[in-house]
Amino acid sequence: MFNWISQTIAITALNLRTIPQRLGSSGVAIIGIAGVVVVFVSVLSIAAGFSAAMEGAGSESRALVMRTGADSEMTSGFGGNSVTIIKEAPGLRREGQTALASAELFVIIDLPKISTGTPANVPLRGVEPTAFQVRGDVKIVEGRQFTFGTNEVIVGRGARGQFAGLTVGNTVQSGKATWQVVGVFSAGGGAAETEIWVDSRVLQGIYNRGNSYQTVLAQLDSSASFDTFRDWLTTNPQLNVQVRRETEYYAAQSRALSALIRGVGFGIAALMGLGAIFGAVLTMYTAVSTRSREIATLRALGFNSTSVVVSVLAESMALGMIGGTIGGLSAYFAFNGYQTSTMNFQTFSQVAFAFLVTPELLMTGLFYALIIGLVGGLLPAIRAARLPIPSALREL
Amino acid sequence: MKFLPLLWKSLWRKKFRTIVTLLSVFVAFVLFGVLMTIRTAFTFGVDIAGIDRLVLIHKVSLIMPLPVSYLNRLQNTPGVETATHNTWFGGVYQDPSNFFAQIVVEPEPFMKIYPEYKLPPEQMKAWLDDRQGAIVGVDVARRFGWKLGDRIPIGATIWQPKGGGQTWEFNIVGIYDGEQGVDKTQFFFRWDYLDENRAGGAGTVGWYVVKIADASKSQEMGARFDGMFANSDAETKTTTEKGFVEGFANQMGNIGAIMIWISVAVLFMMLLIAASTMVQSVRERTSEMAVLKTLGFSNTTILSLVLGESLFICLLGGGAGLALAWAFVQQGDPTGQLPIFVLQPQAIMIGVGLIVSMGILAGLIPALSAMQLKITDGLRRN
Repeated sequence: MFNWISQTIAITALNLRTIPQRLGSSGVAIIGIAGVVVVFVSVLSIAAGFSAAMEGAGSESRALVMRTGADSEMTSGFGGNSVTIIKEAPGLRREGQTALASAELFVIIDLPKISTGTPANVPLRGVEPTAFQVRGDVKIVEGRQFTFGTNEVIVGRGARGQFAGLTVGNTVQSGKATWQVVGVFSAGGGAAETEIWVDSRVLQGIYNRGNSYQTVLAQLDSSASFDTFRDWLTTNPQLNVQVRRETEYYAAQSRALSALIRGVGFGIAALMGLGAIFGAVLTMYTAVSTRSREIATLRALGFNSTSVVVSVLAESMALGMIGGTIGGLSAYFAFNGYQTSTMNFQTFSQVAFAFLVTPELLMTGLFYALIIGLVGGLLPAIRAARLPIPSALREL
Repeated sequence: MKFLPLLWKSLWRKKFRTIVTLLSVFVAFVLFGVLMTIRTAFTFGVDIAGIDRLVLIHKVSLIMPLPVSYLNRLQNTPGVETATHNTWFGGVYQDPSNFFAQIVVEPEPFMKIYPEYKLPPEQMKAWLDDRQGAIVGVDVARRFGWKLGDRIPIGATIWQPKGGGQTWEFNIVGIYDGEQGVDKTQFFFRWDYLDENRAGGAGTVGWYVVKIADASKSQEMGARFDGMFANSDAETKTTTEKGFVEGFANQMGNIGAIMIWISVAVLFMMLLIAASTMVQSVRERTSEMAVLKTLGFSNTTILSLVLGESLFICLLGGGAGLALAWAFVQQGDPTGQLPIFVLQPQAIMIGVGLIVSMGILAGLIPALSAMQLKITDGLRRN
């Protein structure tokens, strides 16, 4: 047994040390595998970034109240009297007489996207003064807070970067309304950073909404009081509403697009993986056939054929490892943090986000690279072990 | 021609290598076909959208409704062939993940403006006779197993029914088809049914579609429409349907494009790898080439032999790959979500071009060096 191990180590070390001599053909396998990992990691980093932006927006201890049947903030709506009742619900956090709940409107306006110059659906949210207590993570990073009762607005960091005209001091014309940008806010990297915020009562007037709202976002006493809050609202005969945790709401919003990107990403990567396996097979096959004399010599000297198999597999997995590392790092340096925006199909509104190459993605990419190396090395390894010694010794 | 057996023999000199090379070319071109299909899907079929159709949306954004009263004014404008309106319904069938577009239309002008939707005349008549009637695309009908006469409940999201409840009921009276590239995942039903039964928003529509007589006048017609409704409560913004779809695709952002370009780059790398294998297989036979020359093979014969080998591998592998991709796309979209799922003829032409140029390039380098080879050098080299 010990003998077998030392034999295996000896041949494997020999193989690995001679990789540089076969740079051409090894390079082919490495590039092929690196390519697969680049595609895999970078495509999935789009999905990861989008999910992070959407789900990072939510908090377990906040609940979103919408009309029954509405599938997003966009399609929800109820009257001001419902809002009054919702704010009386138990489980809601209160500071003195004020319920920490913000009745909001959510519409979209057309603004040109900087990158293409074509119109994009930018979300415009009408909020109440309590909105800033309900969402503790919202901070003004430039300029100042807007004054309630005026046409002043603040814009999210992401929105300012993606859409034209959203700098502090600028005005934005939308239909007959003129919005004055007075500040920029951050929201912990969440989807709100793509939004423009304004006083909800001002928005009601301009959009002819009377005294109606679309959603109420509530800060709960604690995450555990969600059930109390929900049950009280959904069993109240005066109301026709549904209640969801904010985290659940945003997870559901991002599901469709993330699934689509993941599906496409995995599909493309799988096909390319197949191609890369062929590349690795060819490389290892060449490596084995150019060394068939050496291998035959080793076996004639008494080296075990399983040692030869292991050494070939080790070599091809080493190529996989190198390719996987190169691919993962290239994807990381090329795409991590790349800012872009896309459309959330549930609300037809824009979400700005950054590509996110996570450690898990890198590890998964490396894992696939090793699998490709292993599978690619299998047939050539068996061939090497089965070489008939006399004829291989005679080979040129 | 008499050298075909020789070509055949040298191809299979190393069987395993040739098979693997063939397979990797094959996979690369399957991938190429699928990528081109996804690319078309991500642009929402902008290549197919009409330019003689104009789309009028509310100037503030497309979610804002427009009054139905605009229809007459549009219809009576000189240069307008047909005008109609559409409304987004956005309902949910059983589960939110079963997404498909439901659009509220007026059947007659709608079918006139969109001749690409093919509906049998008796089904059209049934639609006109049934207020709750809806026509659906063959793709969405297949996805949910719907047949003519089925009654379909759809959950309300934007438009609540007046009588309470959360559900709208429809009868499937028609199943439309269309050429490749026509979106067959949609669900169309009648505006009069919606308008009489919705709790709010009566007398409004989502957007207008206008077919104009002269496509070259789309710019000035658009400006005229926007001028007609300027300074009203609902100002409009008119674009060609093509521009509208393009703008919509741009809203998806560059993520589709990034995915495609990364993949195309890697695809080329895979092709380079396959090509380098072919180059290598010829290099190994340098001394054999010298022997052939000694036997009196002319330079051009050697050149065409080597080129023939690489062309054979590319044409067989790549052709089979493209054919499989085409057959796969013909089966329809496996996810049932992409509105357009078609491998366009241009993409196939590009693919064929790639196959041929790859075959020539991969063969040319070793073929030229084999051609210029001096017999003595070739025999000495080992």
